[in-house]
Amino acid sequence: MKVLVCISKTPDTTTKIAFTADHSAVNYDGVKFIINPYDEHALAKGMELKENHGAELTVIHVGPADGDQIIRKCFAIGADKGIRVNTDAIDGLQVDKEIVAATSGEQFDAIITGRESIDYNGGMVGEMIGELLGIPSVSYCQQLDIDGNTASMKRFIDGGEESLTAQLPVVVSAVKELGEPRIPNMRGIMQARTKPITVVEPATGAANTTIGKYDAPAQKSGCKYIDACNAEQLIEILHNEKKLF
Amino acid sequence: MSVLVYIENWEGAFKKSTKELITYARHLASKLGVELNAVSIGNVENSAIEALGVYGLGKVYSVNNGNVAQFKAGAYTQALSAVADASGASIVVLGNTYNGKAMGPRLAAKMDASIVTGAISLPDTDNGFVVKKTVFSNKGYGYVNLTNEKKVITLNINSYQIEEAAGNVSIEDFSASVDGSKVNITEVAKQTGKIPLTEAELVVSAGRGLKGPENWGMIEELADLIGAATACSKPVSDVGWRPHSEHVGQTGITVSPNLYIAVGISGAIQHLAGVSSSKTICVINKDPEAPFFQAADYGIVGDAFEVVPKLVAAVKNLS
Repeated sequence: MKVLVCISKTPDTTTKIAFTADHSAVNYDGVKFIINPYDEHALAKGMELKENHGAELTVIHVGPADGDQIIRKCFAIGADKGIRVNTDAIDGLQVDKEIVAATSGEQFDAIITGRESIDYNGGMVGEMIGELLGIPSVSYCQQLDIDGNTASMKRFIDGGEESLTAQLPVVVSAVKELGEPRIPNMRGIMQARTKPITVVEPATGAANTTIGKYDAPAQKSGCKYIDACNAEQLIEILHNEKKLF
Repeated sequence: MSVLVYIENWEGAFKKSTKELITYARHLASKLGVELNAVSIGNVENSAIEALGVYGLGKVYSVNNGNVAQFKAGAYTQALSAVADASGASIVVLGNTYNGKAMGPRLAAKMDASIVTGAISLPDTDNGFVVKKTVFSNKGYGYVNLTNEKKVITLNINSYQIEEAAGNVSIEDFSASVDGSKVNITEVAKQTGKIPLTEAELVVSAGRGLKGPENWGMIEELADLIGAATACSKPVSDVGWRPHSEHVGQTGITVSPNLYIAVGISGAIQHLAGVSSSKTICVINKDPEAPFFQAADYGIVGDAFEVVPKLVAAVKNLS
């Protein structure tokens, strides 16, 4: 069995996002980068498939050379192979065309992505790979078991969840229930140094979207305090003034 | 060139988000001066579709045969793409629901389209085709220019005002060739009697300040009384006091309800990211320094165990 996990690099969750003075770009000065948290859940599921089914686990990342550090972290956690496509990740479709091109010689049984990256919140990488390869995609996947040629999955739907099966290969996008993120052990960290990263030059390069402007969220005009002794005033405001219920 | 809107149904019925989406698509088509068509996929009565005429819907392609009885992302994408071709659509609009998220990106890949997911505005067409969305999990807004000729937009729930308009629905049965044979749906489990958090207009949420899962009764009571969904902070779902499905925040569910009441949640940056686009935020916390107050419209500094029962009593007094 061969498993591919797609890894994105995002600012740490505690980062306060700032923009350049002209609002044309994100100011990444001093920002610490991490593996996109949802991709860690995807990687954890990949590790489980490796341990339970002897899967070979490959990670792929689209980005310039500073992305090697997150591939090494995946190695430390237990990934066997790493591929980096040496180009800026601009939008989901561009990234996916690169992923498909860079892995075109290989047949993966399962491809796992995070449900979205926490920077641009696109939530499209897994689904698009499914379409580009003509295979089933399961979004917001919380459970994945593989038996023979069949994947059994559970995904979130509006107001509930759905169980489904699909013939391999499949691509799923991970929510946090899919797998508990792993912490690298010392042996993994030592091995990570010597595992080679295959660097692939971009195939297509064309972007489909651009972002030329950013805004910070509107600041609240200030909190109106209500004395705890008169807490019921809040209900009066929400009901009579705001007519929220 | 035309706009195609996908009117998603839930067991044959449409939701408020469908009406928001139709209004958005109609405004979009009128802004661009092009025709608007709609597509319905799955088992829906014509009368249910016709009832959407009051939101300005005209021609609706209905794909309704055995192959699309259940949602399968690949098969539904094939149907949607076939209707987009038949109707000459260059822009397809979907709701950013679970199924919209599952098929919108597939459709964009199939059509080689530019896509923006989670849009919150009509495009600015003065200089390109620029759509606003939240980025960095609500820590900012990005203005995405869709540069390909074909475009796909998924619209965030509860981000566009419904508006009625004269419309005369005409339904055309459309036969699309789809293949969903690789996928089998084996079970669908729905929470009954609860408002799904992602669609809720009102949310009552609580955090570690409640001290234990046994104290959630008053939160549920307040939520029930005003018709709100319940939610919680990450630490609370991490320790298992509440299910993960209630966790709102940067790595949980992002909500933008009309009202978000936060009880005993300090307001870490990751939590604020998930709720900051709520229209009215009320914070109840005994710590006057809790950062959540800076993001709040209304605040009560006080003990949740004293304040919440007063709120419950006040709501009961309303009726």
